[in-house]
Amino acid sequence: MAKLHHFHGGLQLEGHKAESVSQPLRQASLPERLILPLRQHIGDYNKPLVEIGNRVLKGEVIAATSSLICAAVHAPTSGIVSAIGNYPVPHPSGQADRCIVIDVDGEDEATRADVIDPRQLSAEEMIQRICRAGIVGLGGAAFPTSPKISRGKAQGVDTLIINGVECEPYITCDDMLMRSDAAEVIRGCGYLQQILSPQTTLIAIEDNKPEAIAAITRALGENPLANTEIITIPTIYPSGGEKQLIQILTGKEIPHGQLAFDIGLLCHNVGTCAAITRALEQDQALISRIVTCTGNNLVQPSNWEVRLGTPISHLIELAGGYQDKDDAYLVMGGPMMGFALSSDTLPIVKASNCIMVMREETIPHSPGYHDECIRCGKCTEVCPAQLLPQQLYWHARAKAYERTQEFNLFDCIECGCCSAVCPSQIPLVQYYRAAKSEIRAAHKALFKSDRARARFEFREKRLLLKKQQDEERRRLKREALKLKQVKSADAEAAPDPVQAALERVKERKAVQEENR
Amino acid sequence: MTSVVVSSPYVAPGNSLKRLMIQVIIALVPGTLAYAWFFGPGVIVNIVLAIIFALTFEAGILKLRAKPIMPHLTDFSAVVAAWLFALCLPMHAPWWLVLTGIGFAMVAGKHLYGGLGFNPFNPAMVGYVVLLISFPREMTTWYLPGSVSGETLSLAESLAYSFGSADIDQWDALSSATPLDQVKTGVGQSIPISEIRQSPLFGDYAGRGWEWIAFWWFVGGVYMLATKTIRWHIPASLLAAVMTLSLIFYLVDPEVYPSPLFHLLSGAVVIGAFFIATDPVSAATTNLGRIYYGLMIGCLIYVIRAWGGYPDGIAFAVLLANMCVPLIDYYTQPRVYGEE
Repeated sequence: MAKLHHFHGGLQLEGHKAESVSQPLRQASLPERLILPLRQHIGDYNKPLVEIGNRVLKGEVIAATSSLICAAVHAPTSGIVSAIGNYPVPHPSGQADRCIVIDVDGEDEATRADVIDPRQLSAEEMIQRICRAGIVGLGGAAFPTSPKISRGKAQGVDTLIINGVECEPYITCDDMLMRSDAAEVIRGCGYLQQILSPQTTLIAIEDNKPEAIAAITRALGENPLANTEIITIPTIYPSGGEKQLIQILTGKEIPHGQLAFDIGLLCHNVGTCAAITRALEQDQALISRIVTCTGNNLVQPSNWEVRLGTPISHLIELAGGYQDKDDAYLVMGGPMMGFALSSDTLPIVKASNCIMVMREETIPHSPGYHDECIRCGKCTEVCPAQLLPQQLYWHARAKAYERTQEFNLFDCIECGCCSAVCPSQIPLVQYYRAAKSEIRAAHKALFKSDRARARFEFREKRLLLKKQQDEERRRLKREALKLKQVKSADAEAAPDPVQAALERVKERKAVQEENR
Repeated sequence: MTSVVVSSPYVAPGNSLKRLMIQVIIALVPGTLAYAWFFGPGVIVNIVLAIIFALTFEAGILKLRAKPIMPHLTDFSAVVAAWLFALCLPMHAPWWLVLTGIGFAMVAGKHLYGGLGFNPFNPAMVGYVVLLISFPREMTTWYLPGSVSGETLSLAESLAYSFGSADIDQWDALSSATPLDQVKTGVGQSIPISEIRQSPLFGDYAGRGWEWIAFWWFVGGVYMLATKTIRWHIPASLLAAVMTLSLIFYLVDPEVYPSPLFHLLSGAVVIGAFFIATDPVSAATTNLGRIYYGLMIGCLIYVIRAWGGYPDGIAFAVLLANMCVPLIDYYTQPRVYGEE
């Protein structure tokens, strides 16, 4: 086995994973209504392709766009489109977004699948099928998978990394997937190899998931893949972050401003691999995902294969319901990087790896009073990006955004380690998020004002040119008029133009004579 | 249902300011007890007085600043500052000396800059230096350890001294210079060190009593390192600087320059290295910066001791290094992930 490396900092956290792995992975029942946001990925908006009243079938594309960085949305089951409009969606901003609402008819009638043996397909055809299936990275970031693969293919991939690390506490959806469907993951890994032909493939799993490691090892034994290794890595947060995992496995750092495929690496989550398998083998779109429903305010923490668009309340009911609904605090994602949800009516989306149902009193950082930074530097010790969090905090708080950029604010991966160790209990990441969005907003405003200025200047120039042209035209007209008047005056003086012409010819001849 | 939307992480904090300060206080106990063992309970009287005054000043100024009072008082940062300040004082100091010093430390050194976290200078050292400059006589009246003079002041006598009801001259026979003073004066008069060290003030390596107190400060420092209350960079580099410089000069002329062990175990080097220079607020924050910071303090201590006007130089060394912290931090930023 290859030698493992370390990344800077990180934390050993209480796992809280045992709670939700005691139950087997189950299929969630269909709710009455599905709410499907048009954008469930990083990238451009989809346009709805259906109208209110249309009947849609399971797997039918209901929203798509031709943009490159995009993933289409499919109907997770059959039903009638009952509304298209703004609904609250799971997003840190808490704002509403465009959604398609489907009233489920319970038939679960599917479109006809176009099943072909994936081994017969060319790499381009495979990428196209993955694109058609609307697959995004299921680790939580939800970046569309097909552009990532095709870019990797174009640049060449040495090492394919399959991420089964799942380092955040509470989340166990990848663990449960590997335990229950290891063969699907391995086959997906094989298809990625078929597309990318990497020299090595590394499947990384944290050592706190022995069952998953055993299952994947067994599946790889049954379906051996060339140059593929399962690597057990120590449990330390955030080793599942792409940059950190790459550093652990290869010792390489992704240079500033570049991406993994720029140094010949490509990372895919195990859940994404399974989705790729389904897309290629069964022509099945991404219409469901495994969600961990857990937390200290839930009756039965467990994992469920949930259709996208299912309201969170439906999932919580399946998991036994709340212990105390009045005291519930909902988080999507894990405790370190997740975000709070304002209501349980929000739908499960492609990025929903975990729903945490917590007791409010166990949520530590309340806004308002916190101690001041004493510059102890504990945050610096744990920062996996090797930043100086306390300096960032200092400048972010003072709204000195240029200084925050000098201290590399945008290299912050928002893992939350600094906030977790801060003795003054400062919600550091909250300050960084605020600073980042302020800077982004300022950039956007600057871009807009630049564009407005450019347009204004162009218009001014155009008006000026028009004015000049008009003046020129008027001048010409005036001159022409003047000439006409002079001519008419001449005409009065010399009434015989033939005589005049003859005289002019005579004159010219005389001049020519002289010149000779 | 989720009422307040709070940003992640949602894990219970594993650390708090209060916990950090309590660790420091625990680490101060053995050295303080050793101090009282050798020099009598006067030091405890000083510490208690300083803490009471410090909390009073802090509460008053927090009220003026319209800040929450109890959360700040119970973070124990004022207690730690007062404790360290009191340890710098002569073992028997009148109450008004304690009051003036800690008052200046809390008001000017800490809160006028914005309170905890914003003070560029170590408040305890600010208070101490103000006293050293303003009240040189009171600040340099030290006493013999009990094992030399045969008696130490009782608690009642110490209290009487502090509150001025005792006749101060009564204990004149007990007053003495510190070993560092003795060396400085002696060397100034061209007395060889081997001769100076014949005085009963000196023990095996440094001042009698002092060397053991230093040992217990060291034990407290190791406890703080073990509990990760402080990091090793500042104490290690500070002690290394003092040891290296003193070794060089000791090798040049051992009759003029005392041994490295004498420097290490005399005065406030050990407590300074582990407890004073490590005040996170006023120290450098990058690891490399902390090493420069510690080296700078160590070198300044030696320079002040060997050639400066004061027998010990921790306070001035720390304050001078405090001034350089923004510069040190700026030029010692660590390499960010992914950068060449």
